[in-house]
Amino acid sequence: MTQLDAQQVVFLFRVIARRLADARVELGALDGAIGDADHGTAMADGFAMVVQSGAEAAARGTAAGDLFAVAARAFLNAVGATSGPLYASAFMRAGQRFAGQTTIAAEELPAIIGDFAEGIADRGKARPGDKTMMDVWAPAARAASLAAEGPLARLDRAVVAAEGGRDATRAMAASVGRAARLAERSLGHVDPGAASAAIIIAALRDGLAPHLSGGHN
Amino acid sequence: MQRFINNPDDLVDETVAGFVKAHRDLVHLDAANPRVVVSNAAPKAGRVGIVTGGGSGHEPAFIGYAGRNMVDAVAVGELFSSPTAKSFADAIKAANGGAGVAVLYGNYAGDNMNVKMAARMVAKDGIEVATVVANDDVCSAPQDERAKRRGVAGEIFMWKIGGAKAATGAPLAEVQAAAQKAIDACRSVGVGLGPCTLPGVGHPNFQIEPGTMEVGIGHHGEPGTRIEALKTASEVADDMLKIVMDDHALPAGTELAVLVSGLGATPVNELYVIFDRIETGLTAMGMTVHKALVGNYFTSLEMVGATLTVMALDAELKALLDVETASAAL
Repeated sequence: MTQLDAQQVVFLFRVIARRLADARVELGALDGAIGDADHGTAMADGFAMVVQSGAEAAARGTAAGDLFAVAARAFLNAVGATSGPLYASAFMRAGQRFAGQTTIAAEELPAIIGDFAEGIADRGKARPGDKTMMDVWAPAARAASLAAEGPLARLDRAVVAAEGGRDATRAMAASVGRAARLAERSLGHVDPGAASAAIIIAALRDGLAPHLSGGHN
Repeated sequence: MQRFINNPDDLVDETVAGFVKAHRDLVHLDAANPRVVVSNAAPKAGRVGIVTGGGSGHEPAFIGYAGRNMVDAVAVGELFSSPTAKSFADAIKAANGGAGVAVLYGNYAGDNMNVKMAARMVAKDGIEVATVVANDDVCSAPQDERAKRRGVAGEIFMWKIGGAKAATGAPLAEVQAAAQKAIDACRSVGVGLGPCTLPGVGHPNFQIEPGTMEVGIGHHGEPGTRIEALKTASEVADDMLKIVMDDHALPAGTELAVLVSGLGATPVNELYVIFDRIETGLTAMGMTVHKALVGNYFTSLEMVGATLTVMALDAELKALLDVETASAAL
């Protein structure tokens, strides 16, 4: 079983951060259609801070499992809007699972999709169908929790579920969050929070795959 | 875009930098957080601190209301976007004089979450936090769902009353109650004639066709209740007054504070045209205008349009409203 140390967990964060940075303009444009166009910047900057704080903490000898709490703080300090507290809560929830562990088994990491979904749901109170990031996190968490399959297969299913959830938001009218103020106008647009969530899940899958591909099941 | 912009990403920082330079007699930047503007009068030992915060682009709100007997510290967000929880927490710390802090803010999802997290962050420092959430915008939700209504220009009266109550040395619960009473006494409505553009987007994210108006529009272009042909100033003023007063049910003889604010790109003289008609209408209803504010008090970038806020006064609110203040905007 492959164990990831703190540096490797930071590298995983870095994969996500890079994908979000690449999508900065695209997410901004999605948000511009129904929101304030800052979602791409917020997510890219937030994860950049996660990487920076995580790398500094890892260099100081922080355990791999404690990097999620570091990430939560970094995100909260860097990002306002709704995504700041929502992703901070997501990281905090994942941090409870791994707290104190010097290394994390690669096959345990797909579970953070469920942790993220719970943390975000508790903080934001949105439900699937509200046209938010929960329309991605909830189905992805369900797919990632199917115990019958190996971790990589579960991640693959989560990616597919995330993409389906993201695309489904196009046909929804927002009922919570800022876009709710634009309810009918939001019809026909993919929710930017759902789009960034799908990017995170795909990046997590790709970042973990090298540690899992030769693995079990 | 016909706008004075360097880099859209720097706009908020440059706005705050210019603001604290222009009003250095009233405010300064928090030493630890460049997204927190602090009144030079804060904190006052033994007195309740007043904090607000919100997205940028509404200037002079929110920073313009930092000052003596007003708001002690303001958390500054990105354009139309909630400040971070850390900025709210740092504002609370800056405003803390040891008697607790009242956070008086608008009813937006991001602000709600970030204020809640900030309150938890400062609890570790032993700072007691009370909150009041403004919900004066009549068209944002029906009467029986008032808790869902968003806060708009009525927040200015909430800050004024809260700040004045805190200045009396009243304890946190009383300051909170006075601010709550103030916002409960406020009703607002907005009418939009033209959209606004976030510099990072480059085009308006909603449209108001020439020759039309949107009645009930929100401070970020949230859709109103009606889109119809643009009418005369008097007809629009009558419409705004009716929406606000129908929701208010005030007995004749009530004394009022009235605020007509431009949304950014409406000439100020037109605001006076609207106010003239509104005061005439209120007088016909048997109401008295004790205090009027007309100007750009709470804007939405370069949106064309105006908001009307009517606050019903009782003896306490009237006395607190008349307390002298010093802030950039009021």
